[in-house]
Amino acid sequence: MSFVIEMRNIRKEFPGVVANDNITLQVEKGEIHALLGENGAGKSTLMNVLFGLYQPDKGEIYVKGKKVHISDPNVANELGIGMVHQHFMLIDKFTVAENIILGSEPTKYGQLNLKEAVKVVQQLSDRYNLDVNPMEKVENISVGMQQRVEILKTLYRGSDILIFDEPTAVLTPQEIKELMNIMKTLVQEGKSIILITHKLKEIMEVCHRCTVIRRGRSIDTVHISESTPDLLATMMVGRKVDIKVNDQAYDPKEVVLDIKGLTVSDSRKVSIVNGLDLTVHGQEIVGIAGVDGNGQTELVEAISGLRKIKEGTISLNGQDVTNKRTRKITEAGLGYIPEDRHKHGLVLDFSVRENIVLQTYYKNPYSKAGILNNKKITKKAKELIKEYDVRTPSELTLARSLSGGNQQKAIIAREIDRSPKMLIAAQPTRGLDVGAIEFIHGKLLEERNKGKAVLLVSYELDEILNLSDRIAVIYEGKIIDIVNPKETNENELGLLMAGQRKAVKEG
Amino acid sequence: MTKILKNVHWFNIIVPIIAVILGLLVGAIIMLLTGYNPILAYQSILESVFLQPYYTGETIRAIIPLILTGLAVAFAFRTGLFNIGVEGQLLVGWFAAVAVSLMFSGLPKLILLPLAIIVSALAGGLWGFIPGLLKARLKVHEVIITIMMNYIALYTTNYLIKHFLYAEGEKTPNIPEAASLASTFLSNLTQGSRLHWGIIVALLAALIVWFLLWRTTKGYELRAVGYNPHASRYAGMNVKNNIVLSMVISGALAGVAGSMEGLGTYQYMMINSTFIGIGFNGIAVALLGMNTSIGVIIGAALFAILQTGSITMQSTAGVPTEIVSIIIAVIIFFIGSSYIIRWCLLRVTKGGK
Ligand SMILES: Nc1ncnc2c1ncn2[C@@H]1O[C@H](COP(=O)(O)OP(=O)(O)O)[C@@H](O)[C@H]1O
Ligand SMILES: [Mg+2]
Repeated sequence: MSFVIEMRNIRKEFPGVVANDNITLQVEKGEIHALLGENGAGKSTLMNVLFGLYQPDKGEIYVKGKKVHISDPNVANELGIGMVHQHFMLIDKFTVAENIILGSEPTKYGQLNLKEAVKVVQQLSDRYNLDVNPMEKVENISVGMQQRVEILKTLYRGSDILIFDEPTAVLTPQEIKELMNIMKTLVQEGKSIILITHKLKEIMEVCHRCTVIRRGRSIDTVHISESTPDLLATMMVGRKVDIKVNDQAYDPKEVVLDIKGLTVSDSRKVSIVNGLDLTVHGQEIVGIAGVDGNGQTELVEAISGLRKIKEGTISLNGQDVTNKRTRKITEAGLGYIPEDRHKHGLVLDFSVRENIVLQTYYKNPYSKAGILNNKKITKKAKELIKEYDVRTPSELTLARSLSGGNQQKAIIAREIDRSPKMLIAAQPTRGLDVGAIEFIHGKLLEERNKGKAVLLVSYELDEILNLSDRIAVIYEGKIIDIVNPKETNENELGLLMAGQRKAVKEG
Repeated sequence: MTKILKNVHWFNIIVPIIAVILGLLVGAIIMLLTGYNPILAYQSILESVFLQPYYTGETIRAIIPLILTGLAVAFAFRTGLFNIGVEGQLLVGWFAAVAVSLMFSGLPKLILLPLAIIVSALAGGLWGFIPGLLKARLKVHEVIITIMMNYIALYTTNYLIKHFLYAEGEKTPNIPEAASLASTFLSNLTQGSRLHWGIIVALLAALIVWFLLWRTTKGYELRAVGYNPHASRYAGMNVKNNIVLSMVISGALAGVAGSMEGLGTYQYMMINSTFIGIGFNGIAVALLGMNTSIGVIIGAALFAILQTGSITMQSTAGVPTEIVSIIIAVIIFFIGSSYIIRWCLLRVTKGGK
């Protein structure tokens, strides 16, 4: 029995967390092997061990049957292991070819032989259908193309075992399809691939086998042909996952958010929201569907007071909050789960505890007369960590060291706990795994059912369709249509999002 | 051991200690290479500072302004700002304290002394306010402005002394007793050193800074803004005001450091041909103290010991005082490159396992 990669009983501990606990992974030659697990399950850690970035506390690694000690990434490279990182490591001002040869430049009489490099890169690109132009500058190419450059980088170094760490998180649906095809070509050419993901659809489509890990332990390795998405999801989360849908009767209460004729400029002073009207009622979820860049971000920032309003009015709970300070608006009853959790949602170098009171630290009981009451803050933090199942070693842990899903849970805990009448959730589940998504969807529905108004902005049509009471389609800064999720489908929404207004509009 | 090293808090303590040890080692090597006896040199430093009351007093006296300038730098740093202007803020604080004491020399001590210290804080605060405002409103980098403000402070105070408060000996007249921090009791205790009551002010300031940063809502805001202005804005904080406030408080601490020299050590202000360096040393003290109050006190003590001790080191062991500057520079270098220390430590403990 020989595997190209065999990791036996790997253990890796971080302060307070056992990231990998006795994990075994066996990859066969020529297969696409999925590594499936929730955020924080320990997938990246395991791959960093394989790539020599971390040293395991216990366990052995075999490459092509030989026991190896991978002390750093150079050793991994020599063993033919290549990693396509989630965050690309490319130099913008360099051409594709220059980026690819960086670190192992071909030389001729001691001089850089760029011509040779361009030729080799072109050949590789053709052979694996990567469609990359070696002479193009990196700053001018799309994200999908940059990823293919990363793939070329590993191929150029002669890797035959490729690790992809959540490669689809940053791609558009079209680019994902292309990537899947590239991976298929790669294995046909004899390469082996480890694909880290928590998207079940992708696994079902391209993978041969799948190893599921949960909370640092390997659960099982299964053949995809003998498995189902449900089964995989259950293994990953450790219990049956049910997809939350909004199945309550539609019974909207009073108007909570009322936007009239809103016009907002983007950072280049170009109007990006153009006379937008929208109302959200108590006990309803309004989903905003639209292609990225049609004014969603700016709309939400205008509501929350982070962006100046040029024209129009916004009223919240009957109060005029047009161009008011953020704190005023927050106090008028706005909860806001921001799109960018690292930039806006959290102070990453603050502890979880300090992040929990980010909007309420100045209020009783968390402080009195300007003096913080640390006991009360700690108590609240512990309470919310428990209630919202935020997995963290303690409330004193820095937010930075939490996984994405747990960071998001902390934000949601904070926003919902203030019990705002109006809750904005911008891309609340982006990059999260099934378990976390289920949890967050459940919370949003719970708020709706308590009579709160929820504005959900998302690029995931599934999410919009499953949760919304009404779907508002945004196009070029305007709501061009409002549809009933029960009477529409992805196709129709897709057309509307592309700006094709329904010809006949009923009632 | 590995576990301890990975723990951030422990690491914050271990790095400065190792940096200091390395600094002393490098100093010793240089002394050996240049034909001096390092053991004798270090021995003379320790003996003078800890066994000769006069030098003990002088060391504690030197600690006073260093604590305050260290705190000034650390405070700004906690809120994400790099205040290089401590030196200038110190000079205007010094001048303001002396000027107020001379102007209102008739007031009783109970009023005049606090008044002089408060005015020094206001003057230093004003000197911090200008770069803070420029940073908040116009996004001008505070490092550039504070450096320029240092020169303005140096030449302005010199000008003011020359034209309005000039006395024999290129200085201002001495301040009245009612504004003085000097103490015959402390001086007698330390065989005539210039030790003064300012040490109480400095320690109090360290306590206040700690309390302000970690126990008050304002401190919470300042730290939040320092770490992530975007999230702070999202949370409804006024980022611009907090930037200005942070520079004002930092400048005020530096200003008080100046008053310690004016009301305590010297009893006057001299015309300075160049910067006196206590402000710049504050940057090193803050670095060494990892921007914590207690760390700043320890860092200031170490600096003061080395500087005061270097005088006897020269007379007893014949080692030039410049060696101390080298040691300090090496310590700062190793703290600045703490990453290297961490990396080495992890390697060593791994290998030893
Ligand atoms: N460098 C690190 N230091 C401390 N803890 C870490 C570090 N890297 C990962 N962790 C923790 O280890 C666990 C597994 O993380 P990771 O391997 O990144 O998960 P995944 O890639 O499956 O989302 C998480 O709880 C994470 O917080
Ligand atoms: Mg990961």
